[in-house]
Amino acid sequence: MDQPTVVIIGAGQAGYQVAASLRELKYQGHVVLVGDEPHAPYRRPPLSKSYLLGEASVEHLSFSPDTFFSKRGIELVPGKRAKSIDRSRHVVHFEDASTLEYEHAVLATGARARPLEVPGAELRNVFYLRTLNDADALGARLTSVRSAVVIGAGFIGLEFAAVAAKRGIGVTVLETADRPMARAVSKRMSDVFTREHAKMGVKLSFGCSVTRLQGSEGAVRVVQTQDGRSFDADLVVVGIGVVPNAELAADSGLATENGIVVDEQMRTADPQVSAIGDVAAHASRFTKGRRVRLESVQNACDQARCVARRIVGQPTPYDAVPWFWTDQGPLKLQIAGLSAPGGEYAVRGDPSGTTFSVFSFVDGRLACVESLNSPADHMLARRLLTKGAELTPQQAADAGFDLKSLV
Amino acid sequence: MIKLTFIDATGEAHVVDAKPGHSVMESAVKNDVPGIAADCGGALACATCRVYINDEWQAKLQPATEMEQSTIDFSEDRTPGLRLSCQIKVTPELDGLVVRTPESQH
Repeated sequence: MDQPTVVIIGAGQAGYQVAASLRELKYQGHVVLVGDEPHAPYRRPPLSKSYLLGEASVEHLSFSPDTFFSKRGIELVPGKRAKSIDRSRHVVHFEDASTLEYEHAVLATGARARPLEVPGAELRNVFYLRTLNDADALGARLTSVRSAVVIGAGFIGLEFAAVAAKRGIGVTVLETADRPMARAVSKRMSDVFTREHAKMGVKLSFGCSVTRLQGSEGAVRVVQTQDGRSFDADLVVVGIGVVPNAELAADSGLATENGIVVDEQMRTADPQVSAIGDVAAHASRFTKGRRVRLESVQNACDQARCVARRIVGQPTPYDAVPWFWTDQGPLKLQIAGLSAPGGEYAVRGDPSGTTFSVFSFVDGRLACVESLNSPADHMLARRLLTKGAELTPQQAADAGFDLKSLV
Repeated sequence: MIKLTFIDATGEAHVVDAKPGHSVMESAVKNDVPGIAADCGGALACATCRVYINDEWQAKLQPATEMEQSTIDFSEDRTPGLRLSCQIKVTPELDGLVVRTPESQH
């Protein structure tokens, strides 16, 4: 190794951001950014929204011009998959038998779509929506279908459902839980999304477990559920969560537990190996120290910046307020903090419409704010949570109370 | 040609040829102009593509939508002339536009 080298495994949002931030912070060593997809780094969030609607082209997905990497001395290596890490020798081995020596390795390997494991899942026209290639395959098929079944009423499934409905496709969403986005939002918010999706023409079915996909001539035709129902489908989209790509770390002897275990500076037990983004499990003050793995742009970007600062000798712990967003037709939901079931709730605004926020409290303290078409509440929520402001449920529910007075 | 000028926090000017239909944010990012993070990619979710625009140019722009204005009004940055550059579409009338970028978007 001629000079210090940071090897970043994974060229998604987190991997890209580490490389960019290292150069912004004037890091002088080599930076190598290796991704297993055949593309330069790109933004995933539009894939299930504007890209599938045809409102954003592939050009809109890229983070930067093609010249960005060469101009900054970032060696971008697409289409290459890491096989193993020899931590005693500080070497990453790749599937093409090449190797890279590192002073610091950053694992930004992300997550993959959780596979549907029922008979028929391998049929044609069963799609996932994680990568650009996934979106292109799905988009090509969308032009010629009349009916679609979405398995899973999470963000991805519902975003796709809104797109499909807007494109005039009859769409049914099947969900095992009793409400949409059950892991991420309060029942109050879920109920409004159920109501509003129905208005968009999306059919939703809850408590509904898929048991089999039936096809003809190799292509899916019918989705069957445990309660004996059948749903016609020219196309199926599976959105049942993700699996963290933590095997590379686990195989090299690093601790994994729903992701790669890292400390408050995104370090694994090996000080020369960090993990960030969708694959990293960190202890958060927003979960009272319990380890959490967050799948979000905010988490990817902020953890990347945290690691870059540490590598250049300006360490600061990762302590950013988590925030998320999803766009589903006319619904823009922004979430600050982490949903905590079982707490106390306060609603600000009118949930019979589509402009309101749900504030949730745990042990009397503000934990999470879900804002529907209410960016003012969202921006204030981020500041309230950053500050640990003392807001009461009564104040939150009182539209006349000025939240700004607490930040 | 639609020329946009981005003046960064150090006072350095970055002039770019912008494409109609792009946003001002995209015009910066696609031309490698520093000072705009745009974490969310233009989804009006993050407020990390903030720019400051003088009164004269503000008057010539399409006004901010209610969603943009709310995001601006309740962000921590209360510098006058604040806009989110992802929400400003490039049109021929914007030729010559000058915007300033903040020292940090975070």
